[in-house]
Amino acid sequence: MMQRIVILGGGTGGTLVANRLRRAYSVGEAAIFVVDQDDRHVYQPGLLFVPFGLTHIEDIVRDRGHQLHKGIEYIISAVDHVDVTSNQVFLFNGNELAYDVLVIATGATLQPEQTDGMTGPGWMKKVFTFYSPEGAAALEGALAIFDGGHIVVNPIDMPIKCPVAPLEFCFLADWYFQERGIRDKVKISYVTPLDGAFTKPVTSLKLGGMLEEHGVELVVEFNTGEIDGEAGRLVSFDGREIPFDLAVVIPLHGGAEYIGRSPGLGDAFNFVPADEHTLQATIKPNVFVIGDAASIPASKAGSVTHFQGEVLVENIQSFLNGRALLASFDGHANCFIEAGFGKALLIDFNYDTEPLPGHYPSTLGMPLLKESRLNHLGKLMFESFYWHALLPGRNIPGVGSAMPHAGKRQVS
Amino acid sequence: MPNRNYAGVDVEVGADGFFIHPDQWNREMALAIAKEAGVDELTDRHWQVIEFMRNEYLEKGDSPSVRLLGKTSGVPVKELYQLFPKGPAKLAAMIAGIPRPRSCI
Repeated sequence: MMQRIVILGGGTGGTLVANRLRRAYSVGEAAIFVVDQDDRHVYQPGLLFVPFGLTHIEDIVRDRGHQLHKGIEYIISAVDHVDVTSNQVFLFNGNELAYDVLVIATGATLQPEQTDGMTGPGWMKKVFTFYSPEGAAALEGALAIFDGGHIVVNPIDMPIKCPVAPLEFCFLADWYFQERGIRDKVKISYVTPLDGAFTKPVTSLKLGGMLEEHGVELVVEFNTGEIDGEAGRLVSFDGREIPFDLAVVIPLHGGAEYIGRSPGLGDAFNFVPADEHTLQATIKPNVFVIGDAASIPASKAGSVTHFQGEVLVENIQSFLNGRALLASFDGHANCFIEAGFGKALLIDFNYDTEPLPGHYPSTLGMPLLKESRLNHLGKLMFESFYWHALLPGRNIPGVGSAMPHAGKRQVS
Repeated sequence: MPNRNYAGVDVEVGADGFFIHPDQWNREMALAIAKEAGVDELTDRHWQVIEFMRNEYLEKGDSPSVRLLGKTSGVPVKELYQLFPKGPAKLAAMIAGIPRPRSCI
């Protein structure tokens, strides 16, 4: 019998799952649909480099359709809602899509309007985010004419996509202003709601130390309640204030809006609760989630989505065959952290193991939790790998879904 | 595991001071924990948050974040900071006798 698999979202997760499924099933066995509201696939790790003029938006955006293999039906429309009772997706273009299996891959959405004042006077003039293509491009213009003052970098609250990116921004800003010869005129502060630079203890210490080395002030436990763009100040919920000349904020994140319009599908933030190992949605067995859209205790990062792909496809096959879901995602994440000055760190972790020093993927690999040129080259090479290996859903020899333990050193 | 004595009862707490067994908690202990943390009085609004947190935890197995509290407890975030100064989610979880909220990653 012909199965209908509908994938909502044509970003990293939706694309790589569609391509893997297309290889797993012949055209006669399964019809595969990918729905997205637009045709712009952004290489999101590239956004970090745009403000510093190191890449440009047109270089990191490609058509979504071209990343999908032949035999995948691609529909450009926003989603109105999903009715999990009748197994149907209702599209904005008026059409309905019935499914046997639904994959939610619509990622996380920025919600700048959820913070008082963020989108008020000063938005995109003195208050920017590099988490959107427009924001990153506008910030490039603002940094280019910035000739001194206080820059604050502030993730409003977790969870955010790529939780290391705001730290990388600080390291790159240090490098950028040194290159321009005005570093002594620029104060950079990293303002975070967390009690340290990062969520995981060993990494938090390492990154906290790096902020210090890069001359970046660390302000912890600051929960921004209001942004006054006109006067240039962050105001916390408990009344503390931090003045700024330029603010780089990471707005609150939520799931896609249609999830809120789909009864029972999402949590209070429109993320979709799912089993953290099988990636099957809590609401119904024929609904699966991949990537940033999921409400599971994994990082919202492209590498996580990549490692989930293999597990998800195996479990969808098991589900359609009426078998138990045996494939299990371990929470594996792997992130390059750009340190500026041609160097980068690499961290590798999962649900149970925090990022540790050592080498990846084994003792002869790239250094972990340590700045090196090799990691910087790895980060640069990753872009090509993304378009040509990760999205097509190829298995990479030596880089499996599960986190490798070889090469890691325990820290007491 | 260290033990603490609240309202005359020995309870087991983790190294971070949060309850290991939420079922060891009672309302009298809440006041004792609150006082120790510098919150001298528990008003109806405090209780609204404390009860909401316990229900969330018992239902979902996870202590809610400030953002979730602000969205669903009926008490806005600003007021949460007045009721439970500094870190509302952490402090309210401690007073409610549930584990420390898992920090997001």
